Amino acid sequence: MAETLIELAGVTRRYGARPALDDVDLSVRRGEFVALVGGSGSGKTTLLKTINGLIRPDAGIVRVAGRPVAEVDGPDLRRGIGYVFQDVGLFPHLTVAGNIAVTPRLLGWDAGRIAARVSELLELVALPAEMAGRAPAELSGGQRQRVGVARALAAEPALMLMDEPFGALDPLTRDALGDDYRALHDRLGLTTVMVTHDMGEAVLLADRLVVLASGRVVASGAPAALLAEAPTEEVRELLDAPRRQAERLRGRFGV
Amino acid sequence: MSPQLAEAFRLLPDYLGWHVLLSASALVLGVAISVPLAVAAARSPRVRWPALAGASLIQTVPALALLALFYPVLLAISALSEATLGRGFSALGFLPSLLALTLYSMLPILRNGVAGLTGIDPAIIEAADGVGMTRAQRLWRVELPLAAPVIMAGVRTAAVWTVGAATLSTPVGQTSLGNYIFAGLQTENWVFVLFGCAASATVALAADQLLGLAETGARRRRPILVAAGLGGLALGVALSLSPFAVRGQGAVYVVGAKNFSEQYILAELMAERLEATGARVTRREDLGSAVAYRALAAGEIDVYVDYSGTLWTNVLGRSDNPGREAVLSALTTELRRRDGVTVLGSLGFENAYAFAMRGERARALGITDLDGLARASPRLALGSDLEFLSRPEWRAVDGAYRFAFRSRRSYQPTFMYRALASGDADVISAFSSDGRIAAGGLVVLDDPRGAIPPYDAVVLISPRRADDARLTGALRPLIGAITVEAMREANLSVDRDRDKATPAQAARALKLVLTN
Repeated sequence: MAETLIELAGVTRRYGARPALDDVDLSVRRGEFVALVGGSGSGKTTLLKTINGLIRPDAGIVRVAGRPVAEVDGPDLRRGIGYVFQDVGLFPHLTVAGNIAVTPRLLGWDAGRIAARVSELLELVALPAEMAGRAPAELSGGQRQRVGVARALAAEPALMLMDEPFGALDPLTRDALGDDYRALHDRLGLTTVMVTHDMGEAVLLADRLVVLASGRVVASGAPAALLAEAPTEEVRELLDAPRRQAERLRGRFGV
Repeated sequence: MSPQLAEAFRLLPDYLGWHVLLSASALVLGVAISVPLAVAAARSPRVRWPALAGASLIQTVPALALLALFYPVLLAISALSEATLGRGFSALGFLPSLLALTLYSMLPILRNGVAGLTGIDPAIIEAADGVGMTRAQRLWRVELPLAAPVIMAGVRTAAVWTVGAATLSTPVGQTSLGNYIFAGLQTENWVFVLFGCAASATVALAADQLLGLAETGARRRRPILVAAGLGGLALGVALSLSPFAVRGQGAVYVVGAKNFSEQYILAELMAERLEATGARVTRREDLGSAVAYRALAAGEIDVYVDYSGTLWTNVLGRSDNPGREAVLSALTTELRRRDGVTVLGSLGFENAYAFAMRGERARALGITDLDGLARASPRLALGSDLEFLSRPEWRAVDGAYRFAFRSRRSYQPTFMYRALASGDADVISAFSSDGRIAAGGLVVLDDPRGAIPPYDAVVLISPRRADDARLTGALRPLIGAITVEAMREANLSVDRDRDKATPAQAARALKLVLTN
């Protein structure tokens, strides 16, 4: 069994009186692809951000590679963790290459190594090399998110955190990007924690689903196993949603 | 080219250089203070509110008042530093102008800075944090570059305001393009007023266009445009300041003048005599009455002409009147003892406060002196200049004669004479050397009780020039050399509506009728 890369123990975070995370325990093994699922306001994003220190828990401890996040310098920690989110947040004043090169520059890589890494990454995320000089505003939504993934991968992180990374894309682009990313995950030996509200995406991409409700982990396991023995009716319905949708579609199309 | 226009161009390098130096320094200082303040304000609402409210409040103070207010404040700080550190500094001229204009420039930069920084898409801020930037890195690499176009627009507004408001630094003793405007208003030289406005507007427009170029560059992310705009601005500043650099060695004398025609003429007369010895001379004109003496005592100006009665009452605080000779000799010893100021001597004429009436009106009412005026005063309207009614001389005269005028109004001097001519005023507070007395057929009323102190025009020399042989040598021939008739003639040539002379022309004409 692979070593534990991320470990949360008794993590609680409140916004006012309302707990966004309520005594959460979770561990993620190196190489795992975990999907955090659950309804809106269930605490998925908050949980993800405690891992790279963007949100500090009120109680409990978060460890990454054995070191407590609270004891590590935040910017240092984040330079070693890839982070992709729905709005992408490409820097509009930098070119595509400039965006991808941000973290390597922060780490003080030399110019030659940065240039080589940028072209390597453009190829990796299946973007043509001539895009390097473009401004983010000139790209399509899918291309922008590919640049976002390349930027997150630039400094060769072992861990990727993704917050509904493909949520704003059209279905075809979303599927293509999801598959491409899963392939990258396997090829580069990454560990990925992905927040998504799309159960189909979660079931298709992830090794393990972690279901949150009201800031608590209510279920955790491989998609098939969870579906077979869901702990509550709510979880069963959530997990069953893609299949029900598929059946309804089949009915409509009369296949 | 008209003589006034030629004169205006002759003064341009000095006025423009100071104007640009002052505006550019204030703007640089304003940016240096406002941008960090905008960063702090954008991050913390607790800083934002007081910072923006404070900058807005400053903006509601009229610029002229803001400039004037810095003088007493700096004077107090200077006195404090003199007392504690043994070193004071000048509360006049460049420093108060710089501070006031800096404050004045802050609001647009601050407001745009806050708007630019808080208006950045939160996703971009999240991305900056997510890739591992520290707060400082996020500020320098993301927030400031993205807010730059908006901040530049604020700097542009501030530049236009600052260049315009810098014309108001003239009354606190700082040479600027405002010298044209203030001197022009005083002597009704509209060529000067228009020239000053046009020059200031040209500087403002040039700064606006070059900063606009830099703003466009920042918006379109074209560094070459930013460099062109800012480089052009730097070049313009350097060119404007170049006369200061070429200005060679040798003593530079500063000749001061208060804000009326006679002072401009006498300053020109002294300046030209000094220049004839090969010395370099700068002029500090339009100083307020109290400001001029303090500036001389502090060594900021080297020489100017003041009047014995003014010094007697305002500087020494005396209200008695021991007679012309006694006042002069007491001043000579007291000013030397108190402030190290040298009274070089009297120019030979008096410019006293005098009550003047139209000749036929005085004859009709049978008024020849101030006793007669006091008896008739309930039926008469008094017109005065802007400061006379608040001066100790007025209190002394009023105390001696017990006037009870039907009305009292203050006018800018030119309009005071017009009010007398039109009958809006029956009697005015004139100056005995004013050319308009003879030209307008006015009579000056006698002062049988001797309530009005003597006002001999005296040349004062600053402490640091007390032993300067070149200065005293150049100016000593003027002592006792100007008759009141000659001075009236010179004043009239500048003040009259037709065939106006510039102060420099009047000074050259006056030079020809010196009595020795």
